[in-house]
Amino acid sequence: MDVAIDVRGLTKRYGDVLAVDHISFRVRGGEVFGFLGPNGAGKTTTIRMLIGILKPDEGSAIVNGFDIVEDPLSVREHIGVVPEVSNAYVDLSAWENLMFIGELYGIPKSERVERATRLLKDFGLYNARDRIVKGFSKGMKQRLLICMALISDPDIIFLDEPTSGLDVESRMIVWDRIREENANGKTIFLSTHNMDEAQRLCHRIAIINHGRIAAVDTPEGLRAQSMELQCVEVTFNMPVDLKDFMSGGEVSKILVSGRKVKIYTADPSSAIEFVVDYAKKRGLRILSLNTLLPSLEEVFLKLVRQHRGETV
Amino acid sequence: MKRVFTQLKRSFAITKKNIRIYYSKGPVIIFGLLLPFFLFLAYIVGRSMSIKELLPGLISMTAFFTATSVGPSIMPWETRSRTLERLLCCPISVWAILLGDMISSFIFGLAISIIPLISTLILGVDILNFSVLLVGLILAAFCFSALSVLLSAYPPSDIPATAMMLSTLVKFPLIFISGVFVPIRQMPVWGKIIASFSPLTYFTDMTRHLILNCGYYPLLLDFVMIPIFTVIFLIASVRVHEKTLTKRISLMG
Repeated sequence: MDVAIDVRGLTKRYGDVLAVDHISFRVRGGEVFGFLGPNGAGKTTTIRMLIGILKPDEGSAIVNGFDIVEDPLSVREHIGVVPEVSNAYVDLSAWENLMFIGELYGIPKSERVERATRLLKDFGLYNARDRIVKGFSKGMKQRLLICMALISDPDIIFLDEPTSGLDVESRMIVWDRIREENANGKTIFLSTHNMDEAQRLCHRIAIINHGRIAAVDTPEGLRAQSMELQCVEVTFNMPVDLKDFMSGGEVSKILVSGRKVKIYTADPSSAIEFVVDYAKKRGLRILSLNTLLPSLEEVFLKLVRQHRGETV
Repeated sequence: MKRVFTQLKRSFAITKKNIRIYYSKGPVIIFGLLLPFFLFLAYIVGRSMSIKELLPGLISMTAFFTATSVGPSIMPWETRSRTLERLLCCPISVWAILLGDMISSFIFGLAISIIPLISTLILGVDILNFSVLLVGLILAAFCFSALSVLLSAYPPSDIPATAMMLSTLVKFPLIFISGVFVPIRQMPVWGKIIASFSPLTYFTDMTRHLILNCGYYPLLLDFVMIPIFTVIFLIASVRVHEKTLTKRISLMG
């Protein structure tokens, strides 16, 4: 499928609060699409609309070929969801939870048993399958929720902050599984505020803030959009003074810490020339010199602040 | 049609889950079993009534309290334990979820109410038509379970005890106006008018017909009114729950 999710002008209001404001974007089939935004940006509301449990006030969206308003049940037949604020049934065992969700998808019993066994083994929960979920750790519960989302072998998987609050091991298991599902052709819609997660997993990222899309691009593309955030990092053999660097070209920010200087500039080559020239004149030795692309975190902050109308 | 059948099948999955989880919850035991038991004790102590005379009230009250005890707690519980959103993410419609809740409430009500009914056979109480009374009990239990799910719709609380107490506020007055303690025939005109708006009135009347042979309304009317109330409660439940779902989801965060 060419387009897995097609969102057009989706809008949601809670009373006077505009939670999602006319957002539009497309998710290609087979890609990992990151949905990045600060808390309260509208990520969860957008997901709830896309999976058909909240009705949008305006706009439309097609998920896996089905309209979210006209046919939400068909949408949900083909997707798996790990909601952000959700829990498995703590009075049931892991096995009973999976059987129950499998039944709600109409999966025949033999297939349910086979899939549940495989998933529980993959996620390291098989030995705890008959234990009541009440006694599970947060990581185990979250892994179980992911198993519940995958039991129907969905075409599109929506993950809302799936690794939030997880230990390193559980996080790695989840990340590996996302990569694996994607390699098997699944489309992944990943909502997160973890930059590292987005950078590692996503083919493209949409940044949402105050209910509006600030940018949609590849992680590299987003970083390239913010060339003024490139940085030349140089270490001298002796401490230097900040005021010596104030005259250098197209510089947006300078940080000096003892012998180390960080020059943020849209023109790194001029900055390097300036640094080399400065070192020669002062008789300093350059111990290391690196050009750094902006991190996704820096780009994110810049876009979010720009969106708020703040000075970057 | 196929989709409706599929949804019905999924309702039974909800029912199975509810039976496994909610039948043993404290509020269900307290409001569904203990409260009506003590209420009935308060009713019979000090009265010189025969077992036969007590039975219509006992069967009506048991059916009403037990069939309305599970329903009000499920939605608040699912909201509080944050399983509701997980449920809504599955391909099941709201009406199918509510139907599953009703069926689980119905089974609980029927299973407990059948005990006093069976005891009539053991005690050798003469009943005009046992199988008709059994059909009436089944209809009434479903009607009361539909009411119970409606009672959990508004306000969309995430505190089960609050929902149970609010539902008790509705249930108690109904017990007193429905001819359980005072037969309809002995009520003043205004009481008879109010009683006609309660589904319990028609079931109590039915039991009086079939056990004591002294009903107030025609028996056929009792059998017609209970399904009418059931349909009204079913439609109202789905409508109100669908409307309050956004609020309920927002309670989860």
